[in-house]
Amino acid sequence: MRTVVDLTRCQGYAQCVFLAPEVFELHGEEGLLYATAVPDDQVERVRQAAAACPVQAILLGEEVSGGVR
Amino acid sequence: MSDDLKKGRIVIVGASLAGLRAAEALREEGFTGSLTVVGDEPHAPYDRPPLSKQVLLGQATADTTGLPVRRDPDAEWRLGVRATGVDLLAKRVLLEDGESLPYDRLLIATGTRARPWPDAEEAALDGVFTLRTREDAGGLAERLAAGPERVLVIGGGFTGSEIASACRELGLAVSVTERGPAPLVGALGGTLSKLAAVMQRNHGVDLRTGVTVTALNGNGAFTGAQLSDGSRVDADVCVVALGAIRNVEWLAESGLAAGPRGIACDAGCRAFNMYGIVTDDVFVAGDVSRFPHPLFGYQMLSLEHWGNAVEQAGVAAHNMVSPGPLRRPHLSIPSFWSTQFGLNIKSVGVPTYSDHVVIAQGSLEARRLAMVYGYQGRVTAAVTVDMAKSLDYYRHLIETAAAFPPPPGAADRAIAADIPVPSLVPDPSGLSHGPTVALTGHLPDRRLTVV
Repeated sequence: MRTVVDLTRCQGYAQCVFLAPEVFELHGEEGLLYATAVPDDQVERVRQAAAACPVQAILLGEEVSGGVR
Repeated sequence: MSDDLKKGRIVIVGASLAGLRAAEALREEGFTGSLTVVGDEPHAPYDRPPLSKQVLLGQATADTTGLPVRRDPDAEWRLGVRATGVDLLAKRVLLEDGESLPYDRLLIATGTRARPWPDAEEAALDGVFTLRTREDAGGLAERLAAGPERVLVIGGGFTGSEIASACRELGLAVSVTERGPAPLVGALGGTLSKLAAVMQRNHGVDLRTGVTVTALNGNGAFTGAQLSDGSRVDADVCVVALGAIRNVEWLAESGLAAGPRGIACDAGCRAFNMYGIVTDDVFVAGDVSRFPHPLFGYQMLSLEHWGNAVEQAGVAAHNMVSPGPLRRPHLSIPSFWSTQFGLNIKSVGVPTYSDHVVIAQGSLEARRLAMVYGYQGRVTAAVTVDMAKSLDYYRHLIETAAAFPPPPGAADRAIAADIPVPSLVPDPSGLSHGPTVALTGHLPDRRLTVV
C-alpha cells in the first residue's frame, strides 16, 4: 500500500504521528515527513491515522496497476 | 446532451498528479466512456514532493512514491510513450510511436520538467544532477548516501533550498549559489528571504548570493564550478535547481495558445487557441496551465503547486462531462508548502502580488510567524512559518478582499502588525530560481525592479 498526505491541508495536528509513529514523523515543530510505502503490518494503523486526521489529509491506497501497457 | 457528455472518448495527456486525479474525477462524475491516459515516463503516476525530502534523506526509496488512487479510474494507461502533437480538426492526439488516438474531449496535463544546465557538455559530467523525476532522485540519493566531499546547489528556490537542507541533515558540506539577493526571494519577497538566508547560514550552508555559476569543471566527472565573482567552489556533486520549463513544445504546431508560461485557458480550464478563441473540447490542468483569477486582477496565473494540480484536475474533469451552465470555475486560492531546515513554510494567495507586508503574528526572532501581504490596501497573500493553524484565517481574509493591514484578529497580534514594510518582490528575470507562482499578466501601475 502507498500513502500520500495532502500537505496543503495538513496543519500539523500530528494525530497520525501518535497513531502510526513508524510511518509519520514530525520534522521540526510541524513539518510532516512520512513513509510513502506502507508496510503490511502498518496498514491498519495508517487507516486509523487517516480516519483521525482532523483535516482529512491522508490518503491510503494502491498504485495504478490495471490496464498499464 | 448532458448524457452524451458522460460517454464518448476522453484522452488525458500527462500521467502525473493532475492526470491521475482528473481520471478518477471523471469516473466520479459519471463518465462511462473510454478513457486513455498517455504519459512519457514509464511509471504509474507518482508523487514528486517526497523526492526532494524523504528520498534524499534515505527514509524512502525513489521507486516507492507511487500515488495511491482514490478509486480505480478504469483507464487504459499508455506509459513510456510521448505525445508529439494534436490535430484539433481531426480530434486526434499523435504519439511518437506513430499511432494516433481519437478523442471527443482532450485534457492536457503535461506539467513541467527541470530546467537543465545550459551547457550540454558540462551538464553531462558525472555527478551533475537535476531533480524532477524518480530517476533523478534515485541517482542523487545514491550519490549523497555515498558521502561526497561537498555538494553544490545552483539556485536558491524551494527545490534548491530543500536539497541543501537534506544535505545538511545528512551531514554533508553544501554550497548554494543564487543570482538574487537571497534564497526564496522570488516566491516570498524581501523580508522572509532574509530569514531563509539566516536559516541556511545557521545550518552551516555556504550560501553565495548575488553570483552566478559561469562554468562547471571536470574531466568526465564534476570537480567544481567557476563563479561570476571570480571564486571557485570545489565539489563532487552538483544539483542544478534553476526552476522548471513547461512541457508545451509538443503543441507548437497545434494552434493552441501554448508558450513558455504554459497553455492559456479560461477559468473553466478550457484551452484558448492562438487567436484567443476558447475551445470547447480541449481542457488544461496542473502546472502546464495558465489561467485567470479574479482575486488577482484577472491576471493569468502559472502555478507549480501540488494542491493546484489536484483542484484544477477536479474542475476540468467536472467541466468535461457537464453542459455549459453547470460548469464550475477554478477559483481556489493558490497554496503551497515547503519543509526545510526544520521549518514548515506554508503560503496562501499570491505573495508576489503585493506592495507591502506586515508580520501579523509571531516574529523573525522566534522563527515562528505569520506574514501578511497586501496590494493597494487589500490582503492578497499570507505566509506562515511554523504557524500552519493560522493560515485558514488569512485565507478567509484573501477570499473576502479584506483591508490591508489586516484588522486585529489574533490574541498574539504582533506590534509589527501595524508597521507595513515594502514587500520587495524582485523581477524574476534576475533570479536563479523561479517564483513558483508567476503573475503572467500586466500591472500598468508598477514596474518590477531587482532589489
